[in-house]
Amino acid sequence: MNLLSVSHLHVNFHMKEQELAALIDVSFTLNRGERIAIVGESGAGKSVLGFSIVNLIGKPGYIKSGSIKLENKEITKMNLRQLQEVRGKRIAMIFQDPMMTLNPVLTIGDQLVETIRSHTKISYKDARNIAIEKLHHVQIASPEKRFDQYPHELSGGMRQRVIIASVLLLNPDIIIADEPTTALDVTIQAEILQLLLAICRDNGVALVLISHDLGVVSKVAERTLVMYAGHVVEEGPTLEIINDPQHPYTQGLLNALPQMTLPGQRLNQIRGSMPSLAERPSGCAFHPRCPYATQKCRQEQPRFIYSGVSSVACFLVEDMLNEFADKDKEAS
Amino acid sequence: MATPLIQISGLEKAFTSNESWLSQWRFRHGKLTRHKDSIHALNGVNLTINQGETLCVVGETGCGKSTLARAIMGLTTPSAGEIHYLDQRIDQLNNRQRMFFRRRMQMVFQNPYASLNPRMTVYQTLSEPISFHNPQFSQSQVDEKIDELLESVGISASSSDRYPHEFSGGQRQRISLARALSVEPDFIVADEPLSALDVSVQAQVLNLMMDKQEERNLSYLFITHDLAVVEHFATRVAVMYLGRICELAPTGTLFSAPKHPYTQALLSAIPRLDSNTAQPIRLIGEVPTPTEKPIGCVFQARCPYANQRCYEASPAMTLQSDGSSVACHAIEEGRL
Repeated sequence: MNLLSVSHLHVNFHMKEQELAALIDVSFTLNRGERIAIVGESGAGKSVLGFSIVNLIGKPGYIKSGSIKLENKEITKMNLRQLQEVRGKRIAMIFQDPMMTLNPVLTIGDQLVETIRSHTKISYKDARNIAIEKLHHVQIASPEKRFDQYPHELSGGMRQRVIIASVLLLNPDIIIADEPTTALDVTIQAEILQLLLAICRDNGVALVLISHDLGVVSKVAERTLVMYAGHVVEEGPTLEIINDPQHPYTQGLLNALPQMTLPGQRLNQIRGSMPSLAERPSGCAFHPRCPYATQKCRQEQPRFIYSGVSSVACFLVEDMLNEFADKDKEAS
Repeated sequence: MATPLIQISGLEKAFTSNESWLSQWRFRHGKLTRHKDSIHALNGVNLTINQGETLCVVGETGCGKSTLARAIMGLTTPSAGEIHYLDQRIDQLNNRQRMFFRRRMQMVFQNPYASLNPRMTVYQTLSEPISFHNPQFSQSQVDEKIDELLESVGISASSSDRYPHEFSGGQRQRISLARALSVEPDFIVADEPLSALDVSVQAQVLNLMMDKQEERNLSYLFITHDLAVVEHFATRVAVMYLGRICELAPTGTLFSAPKHPYTQALLSAIPRLDSNTAQPIRLIGEVPTPTEKPIGCVFQARCPYANQRCYEASPAMTLQSDGSSVACHAIEEGRL
């Protein structure tokens, strides 16, 4: 059985003038110990998806329809108490900015101990031992000393390590990491990614990595979901997606990377920019920026189909597959 | 060889970290003494920028990249050292004297949301520098110039009466570039102009910057921490660490044969798409805050090759056979 299965999830934002759809028909599954990535540009709905998994979408957003199942329990139907059991204990979250996540007026130790003790009934001393052990686990030097320090006394990379430690306290099955290295320098980023990867491997924890950096994704995730304007447009094994992208948006995203062109040459830009929620184009949301768009793309929404490499929502790929199927029929 | 456009020698900048008078007093050994803490952001930077080239400065947070840019632009006064524009010294000018150089040098900032005035339309934002620096222009000439500028950065001239919030991030960064180009400068300092933008939009802005360079023979000082962009865009690269330049090399040389241990670690840490899973070189610790003026090599605390000499003497930039310059004792002694 899948550890987590999200099916036909729709998330809307209820605004004064109108209803805005942030996620449209998003489905995916996550197995125990699997690492998946959600990539896309800002405004694609990556973070909304991350928040929705633990039902953390605050007003004016709400889950309109669809289901999120953790093993066989339906997260969308849980009350607050049940949700608190899931959050932290089963599914933990790492956010982008470590300074915003840690409470600046409490010591690192207090925050870690509080987390343990609000979920399990153990003494302060035992909780402290667990916390120090976890700080040690994330390679923080002299954890006993750090335990009594405040967040501002630590560097950015160190803070993100403390957060990873806090996430590990309750031995969750799933870690959702929302751009965990975006605020960090490239050398620190490499270390944090390695740490995260090692932790997931060693403890069999499943990881949902939300990122806009395809380089980071290629190093960590086994499977990748590409999102555009609230839709999942392509899903498949990370290596396949990077080596043989099917959807024009994924192709554009990869081709826009500077390393894809010779130094000094013009980069392959995608014209235009991601539409805002209120101005979603009809048909395929990518059609105004797509070099292959046809009349059909402007009017109809493409279905999600398996192309042999990855699953794609694009008429171009669908038509090509149909053509091949027809030829096969003729041949036989 | 032609005179370099910008020549920087021995540039230093220290910021006082306890600015208020009261916090400068300490009670020590039964005496009240006054003492100022300072952060040494730049510790002797020597650099030249040639005409028509793109010099990229890379380094981690806190290495002094932005301070260097601001010092060149005259937005902060250096504590020591000289900056020359062609053959004139520009680091100690007053506002009036600087005016001439403001026309020649412009800056594009990191965050296009913060660097455009939200209460001015695009027309107002662009007309201000144009009519200020060209008082002889008639109204219709100014209008013409604005239309031409907007078209040249790919924004339709009809949207000139819109406000910055009505544009997307990429469009705003293009407006910032249009503002910088409005006075027809020779030299543009761009301080992380792409870091607030998405990948596909980054490509648009970078292409635009390259086009403008070709059209107008612009020189860029491009500050970034994104090494993929550097590899693509730079003519030469300067790697900075703790307020000093540790390696300066033509782009191709730097990426194919990085010499300084810090450059090697920095390059190995880039998450690349290819399946090559070489382990990044691990640096211990993070960039320290330079509260003391560093003695010896700035990188010694994190360098795996450091020896006694590295703790004591600061290495000088030495020219290598392949055209790069490196400041490292280990390379000088042939240990590396």
